[in-house]
Amino acid sequence: MCLAIPARVIEEANGGEFSRALVEVMGLRRHIDTGLLQDDPPRTGDWVLVHVGFAMSKISEDQALEQLRTLSQLGEQEAALSEVQGYEDS
Amino acid sequence: MKYVDEFREAGVIRKAAEEIRRLADPERQYRFMEVCGGHTHAIYRFGLKDLLPSNIELIHGPGCPVCVLPMGRIDDAVSIARDPNVIFTAFGDMMRVPGRDGSPLEHKARGMDVRTVYSPADTLKLAQKNPDRHVLFFAIGFETTAPSTALTLMRAKSLGLRNFSVFCNHVTIIPAIRAILDSPDMRIDAFIGPGHVSTVIGCRPYEWIAKNERKPIVVSGFEPVDILQAIVMLLRQLKAGEPKVENQYTRVVPWEGNRSALKAMAEVFELRPYFEWRGMGFISQSALRIRSSYAQWNAEERFPVPGVRVTDPKAAQCGEVLKGALKPAQCKLFGKECTPEHPIGALMVSSEGSCAAYYNYEHRKTALTSIGASA
Ligand code: SF4
Repeated sequence: MCLAIPARVIEEANGGEFSRALVEVMGLRRHIDTGLLQDDPPRTGDWVLVHVGFAMSKISEDQALEQLRTLSQLGEQEAALSEVQGYEDS
Repeated sequence: MKYVDEFREAGVIRKAAEEIRRLADPERQYRFMEVCGGHTHAIYRFGLKDLLPSNIELIHGPGCPVCVLPMGRIDDAVSIARDPNVIFTAFGDMMRVPGRDGSPLEHKARGMDVRTVYSPADTLKLAQKNPDRHVLFFAIGFETTAPSTALTLMRAKSLGLRNFSVFCNHVTIIPAIRAILDSPDMRIDAFIGPGHVSTVIGCRPYEWIAKNERKPIVVSGFEPVDILQAIVMLLRQLKAGEPKVENQYTRVVPWEGNRSALKAMAEVFELRPYFEWRGMGFISQSALRIRSSYAQWNAEERFPVPGVRVTDPKAAQCGEVLKGALKPAQCKLFGKECTPEHPIGALMVSSEGSCAAYYNYEHRKTALTSIGASA
């Protein structure tokens, strides 16, 4: 399990019973669950922190870039990418 | 040197290190515990110890969920998955953690249907795709991960999914900190608070540590600058004699935490009266179990669970290391019988475990060390 991964919301998913969003992480697109941000759902263009396929918090773009830097400093960028890649996307 | 250039804030790091040296009283010893395994990893990776004066000691805390899981829990879950109808799923970190009869990966090699998942949400999809099989999710983690499991269970319920259950090992951080403070052989002066657990629980739950125990705690980020700044803040608090909860990681951690996440956890989980922590023994109200309203998705309700208890091999000193009483290299098995390739204890498995972190980084002179040396 990685540290939280910053992702940009490409598309708020509507439809379906569960709140989901299409996000982009370092060029990779996957759907994630946004149900833990029900009080303040992320919109297209927003940045979120993702942990095990769930958006955990909304952050600013600056914060997202800082978090990306943290991952690269920790040498966890690749691990983060392969984690996101691992999310089942159907 | 390319690596040094990556640290755009090399000057800030140097300044923080100087500030620490200025604030630390040379006449006294400081013992700071970093609660979270992510910090342990970062501290070793960056060689932060070498930037600190020798009278500041960093003690590695219990915040690596894989490391504190008692071995018997793996054997218990595996016993359910012996049924060929069951698909055993878990995060990658779990796969190499040895139970008495081997790790999930070894069971897979022997023919068990064991699959790595990256999100609990994916276990639901797996269950939907395999309506004739039962999908078991081995859930593990602190409050960072527990809300995702909770929401997954809520999804399973609303989908009416019948072939899915969770073997819940979620633990909570506050009782572990309490146990450390109550333990007579632990003398901790202050805490570096966990970063990502706090995105969920916020900073309030730590208030008793400052108020009642009179110990400073600073929630910290994971970069070298973050951790050094947290140490500066702890030293300032100690100097002023006013312990409080401070948040160094404001860019990610809201003071109030994440309410929806806490709500999901409260809906699905309740506290277990007690739970065993590897190396720390039984700690009361320190873990989560699935509420009876979700019993249908609770593997421990649905299947017979033997309740295996396994003691660690005699020579393994995971408990002492976990409590910070011994350094990893002081364990007799360290680097000999026990290595990241052939782990005996869980502290050697996860990159957040202090033995693995020590093994991987301690002997590597990092760029930061040279920044420190030239400071
Ligand atoms: S070296 Fe291995 S056996 Fe010894 S404490 Fe670390 S994980 Fe446990």
